[in-house]
Amino acid sequence: MDFSAREVLETIKMIETENLDIRTITLGISLRDCAGPSGAETRRRMYDKITRYARDLVKVAESIERDYGIPIINKRVSVTPIAIVAEASGERDLTPFAQTMDEAAEAVGVDFIGGFSALVHKGITPGDQALLDSIPSALAGTQRVCASVNVATTREGINMDAIREMGWTIKKTAELTKDRDAIGCAKLVVFANIPEDNPFMAGALHGIGQGDATVNIGVSGPGVVLKVISGLQSASFGELIDALKRTAFKITRVGELVAREAARRLSADMGIVDLSLAPTPKVGDSVADIIEAMGIDRCGAPGTTAALAILNDAVKKGGCMASSYVGGLSGAFIPVSEDAGMVDAVKAGALSIEKLEAMTSVCSVGLDMIAVPGDTSASTISGILADEIAIGVINCKTTAVRLIPVPGRSVGDVAQFGGLFGGAPIVRVSRFGCDAFVARKGRVPAPLQGIRN
Amino acid sequence: MLGLGEMLLGGCDFDFSKLDLTASELRPSGDRAIVSVLGVDRVGIVAAVASALANHRVNILDIHQTLFGDLFAMNMLVDLSNSSSEFSSLRADLDRISEQMGLKILIQREDVFRFMHRV
Repeated sequence: MDFSAREVLETIKMIETENLDIRTITLGISLRDCAGPSGAETRRRMYDKITRYARDLVKVAESIERDYGIPIINKRVSVTPIAIVAEASGERDLTPFAQTMDEAAEAVGVDFIGGFSALVHKGITPGDQALLDSIPSALAGTQRVCASVNVATTREGINMDAIREMGWTIKKTAELTKDRDAIGCAKLVVFANIPEDNPFMAGALHGIGQGDATVNIGVSGPGVVLKVISGLQSASFGELIDALKRTAFKITRVGELVAREAARRLSADMGIVDLSLAPTPKVGDSVADIIEAMGIDRCGAPGTTAALAILNDAVKKGGCMASSYVGGLSGAFIPVSEDAGMVDAVKAGALSIEKLEAMTSVCSVGLDMIAVPGDTSASTISGILADEIAIGVINCKTTAVRLIPVPGRSVGDVAQFGGLFGGAPIVRVSRFGCDAFVARKGRVPAPLQGIRN
Repeated sequence: MLGLGEMLLGGCDFDFSKLDLTASELRPSGDRAIVSVLGVDRVGIVAAVASALANHRVNILDIHQTLFGDLFAMNMLVDLSNSSSEFSSLRADLDRISEQMGLKILIQREDVFRFMHRV
């Protein structure tokens, strides 16, 4: 046999006790060929194509799960940004397009479909505007649809008009879904440098440079990494990083295998493997716990940003060796509500929104799943968006914001979103505003980092 | 008996062109799988698992057996290419044995181990 008993047992132990899994198989489907002269015709084509291409997605994922003994947690679909697909229809309310996505997702048995999206980093077309205006009602009126808006890139600069508008959009979405602690906002992400091939929700879309159908895989494994680090209490940084790289390699290899096999069985292109360490609310499946195991008393304490930088870099180094095509977001995620350790750190007063912002400068993705007081103003939300987007633009990386201003809740309360979204204590936001800054019109030009030719 | 060094120097007529040392790397393992059996050691484990495999015409290519303290660990490399039944029906039989004997029995395509542990 090519493997020792120890190697076989190591794999089994990772799966059985350390939550090693494939977090998501996401099938990206181009809907560019669905655009038609009328909304009804476009929606009919969209439904037909999504249900035809993704018909076997769940079945294939389950067969891979059975053959390899690796749990595959989520099966999802991402599509071409709907602002592009729907634009030719001339319709102003794009909520029916979201409903069509929702119905198609339900028909193929996936829990989320991403791509109710617009790319407005340089300007807003009529189709983009229709999509932005429709986001609150689309998210309130559907279960499975996720929305994202790209408001900046390093090459094009920052569209401050879009950022101002997204402040209002987030507030309105919260208001329309206030009976469920503003769950709509958990399905809405504002990006800088949005990736075209991200398999993770809520920010997944099928970019315009992609092929007709592509399989993208999100691996996981905070639990496996935690276990390795917990056994290295007095190791030097060199030893620690070496162990992290080895672990990331192994986790990613499983993703690579599943990506190749899924693409083959679905007759789609293999896109990328996303290396992100994606936590879940499950105890032990936490990025905060990893940071604490590295020697930080509580996530958010001094040293946290450095620890996260080390973790993120080592995961990338190990992962890049393991996969032929690395892409998507590929870094550690720090979504507060989805990470039990982050929630504890916020409750203990160790982790603030300002520290989270600092952490996002060294990892993916950004200020993620953070519940803020319901009375936070639209301009303050836009100010938080602008700060986070600026970090992404200047550092040539993806950053994103998923803020949830929960109506009727204030600091000390806990919002509950349910399922993978988890629940989160309301985080304090600065009482000082930025109204006049946000009220300025126009866009910020590309930074020097973007002028690279 | 010749050592490998002597064989390589031409001391035997073994046909080395047939020995493909790169064969398994990253190529799909096809119908090979690894059956892992874990549990407290007791009489009859090997017999029960082997006969279930035989009933499904699954050929055992290699067996390794170890004790980690009280824990019995056995790994079998098996070939499913002549198996008359579905992977899931074999799995159901193995599940039944694990329940009867208080064991954990897993069957996984070999690729998963090769991808994870070999560069």
